[in-house]
Amino acid sequence: MADAGMLRFHVPEPEVRPGGTPDFSNVTIPKAGSVPRPEIDVDPRTIRDMAFSIIRVLNRAGEAVGPWAGLLSDEELLEGLRNMMTLRTFDARMQMAQRQGKTSFYMQHLGEEAVSCAFRKALAPGDMNFPTYRQAGLLIADGYPMVTMMNQIYSNEADPLKGRQLPIMYSSKEHGFFSISGNLATQYIQAVGWAMASAISNDSRIAAAWIGDGSTAESDFHSALVFASTYKAPVILNVVNNQWAISTFQGIARGGSGTFAARGLGFGIPALRVDGNDYLAVHAVAKWAAERARANLGPTLVEYVTYRAGAHSSSDDPSAYRPKAESDAWPLGDPVIRLKNHLIHKGAWSEERHTQAEAEILETVIAAQKEAESHGTLHAGGKPSTRDMFEGVYAEMPPHLRRQRQQAGV
Amino acid sequence: MPRRTMIEAIRDAMDVSMGCDSQVVVFGEDVGFFGGVFRCTQGLQAKYGKSRCFDAPISESGIVGAAIGMAAYGLKPCVEVQFADYVYPAYDQIVSEAARLRYRSNGDFTCPIVVRMPTGGGIFGGQTHSQSPEALFTHVSGLKTVVPSNPHDAKGLLIAAIEDPDPVIFLEPKRLYNGPFDGHHDRPVTPWSKHELGEVADGHYTIPLGKAAIRRQGSAVTVLAYGTMVYVAQAAAEETGIDAEIIDLRTLLPLDLDTIVASVKKTGRCVVVHEATLTSGFGAELVALVQENCFYHLEAPVARVAGWDTPYPHAQEWDYFPGPARVGRALIETLEA
Repeated sequence: MADAGMLRFHVPEPEVRPGGTPDFSNVTIPKAGSVPRPEIDVDPRTIRDMAFSIIRVLNRAGEAVGPWAGLLSDEELLEGLRNMMTLRTFDARMQMAQRQGKTSFYMQHLGEEAVSCAFRKALAPGDMNFPTYRQAGLLIADGYPMVTMMNQIYSNEADPLKGRQLPIMYSSKEHGFFSISGNLATQYIQAVGWAMASAISNDSRIAAAWIGDGSTAESDFHSALVFASTYKAPVILNVVNNQWAISTFQGIARGGSGTFAARGLGFGIPALRVDGNDYLAVHAVAKWAAERARANLGPTLVEYVTYRAGAHSSSDDPSAYRPKAESDAWPLGDPVIRLKNHLIHKGAWSEERHTQAEAEILETVIAAQKEAESHGTLHAGGKPSTRDMFEGVYAEMPPHLRRQRQQAGV
Repeated sequence: MPRRTMIEAIRDAMDVSMGCDSQVVVFGEDVGFFGGVFRCTQGLQAKYGKSRCFDAPISESGIVGAAIGMAAYGLKPCVEVQFADYVYPAYDQIVSEAARLRYRSNGDFTCPIVVRMPTGGGIFGGQTHSQSPEALFTHVSGLKTVVPSNPHDAKGLLIAAIEDPDPVIFLEPKRLYNGPFDGHHDRPVTPWSKHELGEVADGHYTIPLGKAAIRRQGSAVTVLAYGTMVYVAQAAAEETGIDAEIIDLRTLLPLDLDTIVASVKKTGRCVVVHEATLTSGFGAELVALVQENCFYHLEAPVARVAGWDTPYPHAQEWDYFPGPARVGRALIETLEA
């Protein structure tokens, strides 16, 4: 019953804060294989319930089950496992390098490796991602050289971005990876614009937009959904819900909408939720959305339900805002362990081979790191020139910048 | 040579550009079927189809954000923001994204877009249809900012802007759309058909960004102006009988400093005028540059005439607008100093 009288201001709170016992009993996890796989030309109005469920393929026994299973060969799955392990090792080394003062800043993917690694494999050459700062798996899975990534992180003399951009804000048109801004949500509508351009040009390439749960509150997210819906742009609208926006739990951005996927419903955009820690599920859903886009069926909104097991960046300590053991309690598990168990279950992998692969990957990453460090780190060795600072603001340097460069003595 | 209004000249520039280059696309609010609230895009959708000229949702950040994505793809979007007063939702996309894309990606991605918008007052548009926000763009590294003052320039500058490899903010003084306006709001409007700068050649031509034009040769004082204020300054010079040299900057960034410095060194005096509010306006930059480059040639303090530091009012428009009387007083004071 409505109660009249004094108004009360509502501020949502997470279930638990530091010191409490982690509790995810409110997160309903459907059984693997239980969510149907509709045809790509399905009427979005008939699958609205998918915005409130979670598509899962891998069950607790390590089996791939249900209508979304069966798309990837053992070889492809092993490659996926290797990519996720590589990303995790890369992160660990670079996080350490940041702590050693070799760079100013770092952001890792711990717990979220499946999202970007699996998604990349659903795209075709020439497709374009508009990523946030936590999708380096798109590069790793596409074979972008780790040394080049490290050169960028170190802002050294071999940095392809000439030291102009914060660490991990990579750019590679060749690998379908749009320049990361560092501002939030701006890239979401740009991805839609890129996709519109592809359609205007009668091309076959599609775009993928990326955003985090917290940044869906930005107006650019809503502009993107309007434009994507209006022009039926060939774009996949990805929302990575890793539960935490720095210290702010996802409920602050989500409000009363139930799920982030449900944001798509008002725009008539098919909206799916997927287990973000399930390599097979992420790949299958991305593939479905990519086929829709390429078949002129328009955008798909996909929410990846995952958990940021590490800090937001090298600049925050999660124990100040959530229980330390919360990540262990996360009900969707760890993406690397889940895919590993699946491959072992299939007889395509073993604990011994996994341990061996870990060692090999570490060796490869360390070798790349040594090579990158031979070109310098942020405060030592080779670095981009001061002259590079003045270049590239415009295609042609205008007179006022030329004068300033002269003043700077370069 | 055909005479055109500034609206027709701007439309012709987009028509010519779309005809020359299939990568050029035009969109914005009311821009497609209807042809824009000021009719600048009239007929373009009928001629080039809905894929190249279309209506956009009322979302300025969406319009500019989508344009950036299109430019990253390889198109050359020329988008319209219905009034400069509405550009603020797109400011993040312009400042943080369009302006920096080339730099931050080291040229991996670039952003050849034009953002057109009607600017300035004089139409009783109140605070939401009269602002002159050019300084918000000239302050941003990576942008070019253009303010044409007549149909001939508008066409050549707009084609140059569309062909430019970097983002260009193209501010169209709306009070000049249908004729030159010297601030005498009580007099009949002069149409562009009666003005020599209403002559707009057919076909393709450009006016390079970064080149000013001297509108009136003079020896007593240099007036630095752009947009509507070019005509206000001309009226002020005629009414005071002061032999002012009037420079129409045309492009604020890159700025034609050479033309400015040569003139001020010749006259020894300088008045800077703009419609935008005074404090931190583009005039402050101009005064600083004149001081840095011409200090030993100056015989008087450099004066500024600008909009008052208030929001743009409605009923008090002509008390706010820096008309020929205020500019004339500044000319006299600068000569007497």
